[in-house]
Amino acid sequence: MTLVSKTPAPARGAQAPFVSAPATASSAPELQATAPARAFDPDQRRKGLWRMAVLGALAVVFAVLLLVYDNPMEVGSDGFWRILQMRATTVGTIVVVAFCQAVATVIFHTATGNRILTPSIMGFDALYRVIQTALVFVFGAGALAATDGLPKVLVQSAIMIGFATLLYGWLFSGRFANLHIMLLIGVVLGAGFGSLATFMQRLLTPSEFDVLTARLFGNMSNSNEAYLPWAALLCVVVGTLVWRKRHQFDVIALGRDTAVNLGLNHRAEVIKTLVIVAVLISVSTSMVGPMTFFGFIVATISYQISKSQKHAYVLPTAALLGVVTLLGSYFILRHVFYAAGLVTVIIELAGGLFFLIYLLRKGSL
Amino acid sequence: MIEVRGVHKAYSGKTVLGPVDATIPSGGITALVGPNGAGKSTMLTIIGRLLEADAGTVHVGGLDVRKADSRTLARTMSILRQENHFVTRLTVRQLVGFGRFPHSGGRLTKHDHEMVNQALEFLDLNDLADRFLDQLSGGQRQRAYVAMVLAQDTDYLLLDEPLNNLDMQHAVAMMKQLRRAADELGKTIVIVVHDINYAAAYADRIIALREGQVVHMGTPAEIMTSAVLSEVFSTNIKVLDSEPYPLAVYYR
Amino acid sequence: MTTISTTHRTAVAPLRKRALGRLALPAAVAVVVGLVVLSLNVGVYDLNEETFGSEMLWITRVPRTAALVLAGVAMAMCGLIMQMLTQNKFVEPSTVGTSEWAGLGLLVSFLVMPLASLTTRIIVASLFAFGGTMLFMAILRRVVLRTSLIVPLIGIMLSAVVGAFSTYVAMSTERLQMLGTWFMGSFTSVVRGRYEVLWIVAIIVVVIYIAADRFTVAGLGEEIATNVGLNYRRMMIIGTTLVALATGVTTVVVGFLPFLGLVVPNLVSMIRGDDLRSNIPWVCVGGAGLIIACDILGRVVRYPFEVPVAMILGLFGAAVFIVLLLRQRRVGV
Repeated sequence: MTLVSKTPAPARGAQAPFVSAPATASSAPELQATAPARAFDPDQRRKGLWRMAVLGALAVVFAVLLLVYDNPMEVGSDGFWRILQMRATTVGTIVVVAFCQAVATVIFHTATGNRILTPSIMGFDALYRVIQTALVFVFGAGALAATDGLPKVLVQSAIMIGFATLLYGWLFSGRFANLHIMLLIGVVLGAGFGSLATFMQRLLTPSEFDVLTARLFGNMSNSNEAYLPWAALLCVVVGTLVWRKRHQFDVIALGRDTAVNLGLNHRAEVIKTLVIVAVLISVSTSMVGPMTFFGFIVATISYQISKSQKHAYVLPTAALLGVVTLLGSYFILRHVFYAAGLVTVIIELAGGLFFLIYLLRKGSL
Repeated sequence: MIEVRGVHKAYSGKTVLGPVDATIPSGGITALVGPNGAGKSTMLTIIGRLLEADAGTVHVGGLDVRKADSRTLARTMSILRQENHFVTRLTVRQLVGFGRFPHSGGRLTKHDHEMVNQALEFLDLNDLADRFLDQLSGGQRQRAYVAMVLAQDTDYLLLDEPLNNLDMQHAVAMMKQLRRAADELGKTIVIVVHDINYAAAYADRIIALREGQVVHMGTPAEIMTSAVLSEVFSTNIKVLDSEPYPLAVYYR
Repeated sequence: MTTISTTHRTAVAPLRKRALGRLALPAAVAVVVGLVVLSLNVGVYDLNEETFGSEMLWITRVPRTAALVLAGVAMAMCGLIMQMLTQNKFVEPSTVGTSEWAGLGLLVSFLVMPLASLTTRIIVASLFAFGGTMLFMAILRRVVLRTSLIVPLIGIMLSAVVGAFSTYVAMSTERLQMLGTWFMGSFTSVVRGRYEVLWIVAIIVVVIYIAADRFTVAGLGEEIATNVGLNYRRMMIIGTTLVALATGVTTVVVGFLPFLGLVVPNLVSMIRGDDLRSNIPWVCVGGAGLIIACDILGRVVRYPFEVPVAMILGLFGAAVFIVLLLRQRRVGV
């Protein structure tokens, strides 16, 4: 309040007017010296990086533990290596899944301007399920049974991307495109896709159904080894894309009006983001089945611990936190409670409770 | 110069604006006034390309707002609406920093930081720069948003009811700051204001709208007459010929 | 005062169509009766067969059709009350978690009391449904909402939480497969002796018919309700109890029936306007008709096998819901 009544200092603004030409250096020497430092806030930056480093180290520790802990075979023997290789697949699966869920949830939150919904609530996994089922339905089991090669991964990704673009493009078009309506339609479509997929599955022959089920629901201990490298490759490609867009995500998070004011094609960016989310979720779903709340926990905690809300910090923090959480809980559940099969279920449960508490504590939505 | 040609907007068949023609010359403050539902905000948001018109064209600084590259536009014109909700937790400085996005694409240069500092200074936000937006009062937040669009360093500034949420003291300070931005920085500022007296005291031009039509356009002296105002607002309004600017009285 | 004037205003539209309306309802009832007759005659077993024909009719066909009518009415009415109480058009048992809670209750009753009677299970399921719905209402009251569209979204997230818990319980007790079959709403297993509890629904309908206006007033909020002299809390609890009971019964007997409570009341109010009391018979008829039609479709589409009615409802309901939303989008929220 006192700020305004204080004699304003018009001098500086007047001396260095807002023109695009570089401001005269002499006008505000002391400001120039402090400005970049204050804006970057080295403390926050250091804290953020420090936390990422800790998370990274934890991830490595858990990964190594998972690989070598309690290997019944003699070190260096044939069996030892075979077990190691199998476990490496598990670790790889976990890393890919955690990355997909974490990144997808964060950018989904950003694009939809909310922090309580998760991609799977909007039926992204149902979308994957219905596309896979439709493939078998139309082309027979052969469409999926063929070994995973580059062409197949490309074709499937292309179908997924094409369909998601059409769907979200349509949902988000129109002069009254409204985010909440779109979300609700997405949710209902998700439920509809679920029904449709189940319905089509009922019409399949048992052998086709078998092939499909194997494709639709992997699990962590026994995921599709041949698909893993492709999934990882997809993650790298999508990850690079997302990283290059990190500043744009910061702007999208400010909402439509502000984003448009700042020169972003908001609608196109949101649609692109949703398509990216669809791809990430389909990778994750194909490996471990649907997950609703894992991404929610990871994203929510990341917003808290990454200090800065910039995507340059939030995204890596979320990805690392996801990997640590998933590796850690897998390790604990497998080697302490001998309940490896329950990993996703327990994580979902914990995430669900976390969501409930979060909702009850939150003041407004 | 802002040129509005044949702009028309309707919702479910009900016209809310237009067809409207208007030319707003460069420089100075232009105030859009009119009763509720007159189409002031609609016109402003169409000029600012946040809303698509059903027909007609808008040119700002020679750029067609529907066709020009959005980023180029963002370096020419900035628009601020009344409500700005988002979930990200930002400090004032970070928010103002976003004003530089059209220029730098998110990675702030030394020059960008300078512009941010100047904008903060201009709106007297230095002491609040590192506070989070959700820790501020409505009026302080309003100033932070204005600082953001100032940092955007555009020739044209469109503000939708910038005096909302502001008490008398802050409203006056805000108008003074906008006046300075127009005078010292040579900005072309278009604002929607509710209180006709603010328009009379600070604006160079007033555009009066009513039922989606531009009914009067002119200097405050031309608009501030009992006849014109009473027609625009459908209320009996007296204009006192006070110094240094006329005063509309309409309370009873 | 506001509430009274709005009631008057909304009541004007149906008045004009009253003459037409007098014929419309009997016509709709006739259509549903036709569907009932059709439903009685669809099936693998030939009813004209000499020895067991009429017996089979009474053992499976009649119970099944009666259960369909009752469950359809129950879920449609549930949707109607919930929409009144929350003043939100997108709310119904499956979008706020009531169904999931009832399902969890059923699961718990199987684990804790494997030998319990159907009635006990219904009571447990209804209690869970009641608790879950109250939780949802509590969240709605606590949270400041910027848009009414967020309400069903929160509800769906909540039901996902309960679903996750059910899955966990089922998985750790190795009952996951049962879970899928139970909750997929289907009338295949409805035979004599397993559906009669559904008649509770009839009582619920009567209560709602009597108290309809009060529910609407309660839905306008505690302050307005108190202002016109209504005990807000009591109406909320009565409403939630009715919903929980109806949902509990249907969940235990047939499973989840998604979207029914959403689609039917919305379609009725779209066609007839918002005059509550005169809409109630329409909601009942619509609910019964829709579910019978879906069930018949499910029985013939892969004859002689059956596709669960819930799946067809899911598809149809999703489609209608989206059309509703798009209409709202066109009008502009």
